[in-house]
Amino acid sequence: MESSAIVAHIIEQHRVRPGALLPMLHAMQDALGCIPPEAVPPIAQALNLSRAEVHGVISYYAHFRQTPPGRHVVRVCCAEACQAVGGEALAEHARERLAGSGITLEPVYCLGLCACGPSVQVDETTLHARVTLEKLDALIAALESAS
Amino acid sequence: MRTTIFVPGDAAALALGADAVATAISEEAARRGIAIKLVRNGSRGMVWLEPLVEVATPRGRIAYGPVAPAEVPGLFAAGFLTGGVHALCLGPTEEIPWLARQQRLVCRRVGVVDPRSLADYVARGGGEGLRRARAMAPAEIVRAVTESGLRGRGGAAFPAGIKWQTVRATAAPQKYVVCNADEGDSGTFSDRMLMEGDPYCLLEGMAIAGLAVGASQGYIYVRSEYPHAVAALEAALAGAGDFLGNFTIEVRVGAGSYVCGEETALLESIEGKRGIVRAKPPLPAVAGLFGQPTLINNLVTFASVPDILAQGAAAYRDLGCGRSRGTLPFQLAGNIKHGGLVEVPFGLSLRELLYDFGGGSRSGRPLRAVQVGGPLGAYLPEAQFDTLLDYEAFAAIGAGLGHGGIVAFDDTVDLAGQARYAMKFCAIESCGKCTPCRIGSTRGVEVIDRIRAGDGRQIALLEELCETMTQGSLCAMGSMTPIPVLSALRHFAEDFGGKCE
Repeated sequence: MESSAIVAHIIEQHRVRPGALLPMLHAMQDALGCIPPEAVPPIAQALNLSRAEVHGVISYYAHFRQTPPGRHVVRVCCAEACQAVGGEALAEHARERLAGSGITLEPVYCLGLCACGPSVQVDETTLHARVTLEKLDALIAALESAS
Repeated sequence: MRTTIFVPGDAAALALGADAVATAISEEAARRGIAIKLVRNGSRGMVWLEPLVEVATPRGRIAYGPVAPAEVPGLFAAGFLTGGVHALCLGPTEEIPWLARQQRLVCRRVGVVDPRSLADYVARGGGEGLRRARAMAPAEIVRAVTESGLRGRGGAAFPAGIKWQTVRATAAPQKYVVCNADEGDSGTFSDRMLMEGDPYCLLEGMAIAGLAVGASQGYIYVRSEYPHAVAALEAALAGAGDFLGNFTIEVRVGAGSYVCGEETALLESIEGKRGIVRAKPPLPAVAGLFGQPTLINNLVTFASVPDILAQGAAAYRDLGCGRSRGTLPFQLAGNIKHGGLVEVPFGLSLRELLYDFGGGSRSGRPLRAVQVGGPLGAYLPEAQFDTLLDYEAFAAIGAGLGHGGIVAFDDTVDLAGQARYAMKFCAIESCGKCTPCRIGSTRGVEVIDRIRAGDGRQIALLEELCETMTQGSLCAMGSMTPIPVLSALRHFAEDFGGKCE
């Protein structure tokens, strides 16, 4: 399906729900990897909102993105419990290691793995705990060789 | 008969390799021609022992952990299917001292039941609270919650019964029950563990709340950082059949905004708007979701209710100390040797939790500071470790228990750096509606940078800024960010260049 058809389909699926905008945006990002700018006018039309309002919501939430991410998304927890066990050094290492790699690095503020930090999430599904610099290197190498 | 083996599907266990262990066990059993039943339970909460594999035997469940996939053939060879001796054997799970010393109420089934099985839930006492509630008048249900002494477990510790009564007494054709599962505080994971380990308990608590306040629609707002919890809730709802009667529950997923854990911002978010804090009044209990009376509570609050109705309000109220009744699932996190979920009645000391349960730091160095209650909680020095874990005792030292998260730091921590982070986090997550929070947090980072660069005169400025944020902010984000900042400054002045007299 073309992306405009996917957008139209998702809008139809969700438009009658109370408070439909967030579920709609989630479904779009899950299907397309991001919420493309051309999706904003039809969403606004369907929900009787202004384009500015829709844009305001998309840009407010850290989770939503308007451009496609890299081949993979690596999220390193930067919150206190992970800081207590070396999370900052891990995040810094990830920044250096992933620069120019085509893999997107994002900070995340708590994955709820606070008794086994520092923690890392890959592509929103795979979790890693007690991540050392070496373990992160191995993890990234595996992502690079897989893609 | 097939032996039942439990390998947790909890996110922390998964992060430590539980899926690979489950696969290895299935393959090894197949290779040996043994039929087993593999259950993906929640976690028992002993995170340092994860993946913790349990085997059902006539002696009860026997635990092995932490199990790596490579050790699975050895476990089979040692006869672990009948509880055989092995270096990883921890004995009967219930007798592990760390677990045996706890008093689990709200988390009693977490790690025990198959979270996907309603039948298992009911077989272990689930559903009794809802069954009783159906035979009670709404006012009686509210009275039971009030008499139990249950207070909101999200952090504010407001008496739950008063909130329930307000919603019940507000007439409207449509009311809502909303569960706040936007567990954004670092160091907390009890909501996540409950959703992943015993989701029916939450659903039951919300259905009881629906009966009490006269609402037929519930929402659970879960943060997007918890995809496994979302999946567990969806699976439980799909398997709920007529368990909830005519009460319907929908899961809504957040989108990475910390401030959406604030109740009015959360309601805005469910409505499809930016998660911006509303001015109160009106209270959500009077005009909440879509303008209707809304009972919004933290997940642990709702999950505590089935037990209160099943066992009676008095049994719950008899636990705890002072005005903090019942139990709280504390979460030991950060630099701690034996981290995880510790549900105990209020009244233990922080030191007992950190050392008797936590075993001190993971690094082996002395514990220097702990932050209790998430990013808006105070940093406490060793001198305050004897504080009792109850809401009032913590309030008396200018701290709070919050959602029960305890993050430990060893002596390598730089508290000026942590204070800076508190301001930075506020700057990142501020919803932007009120000026003290939006602007104050950014100025706070700058002022702390100047202090750390050696300008001690800026200390007074930081204190004034904190006062403005405390007094002038619309919600806890801005008004409580000064708590970690000022507690760090007060108790760890040496980290700020020793110019803080």
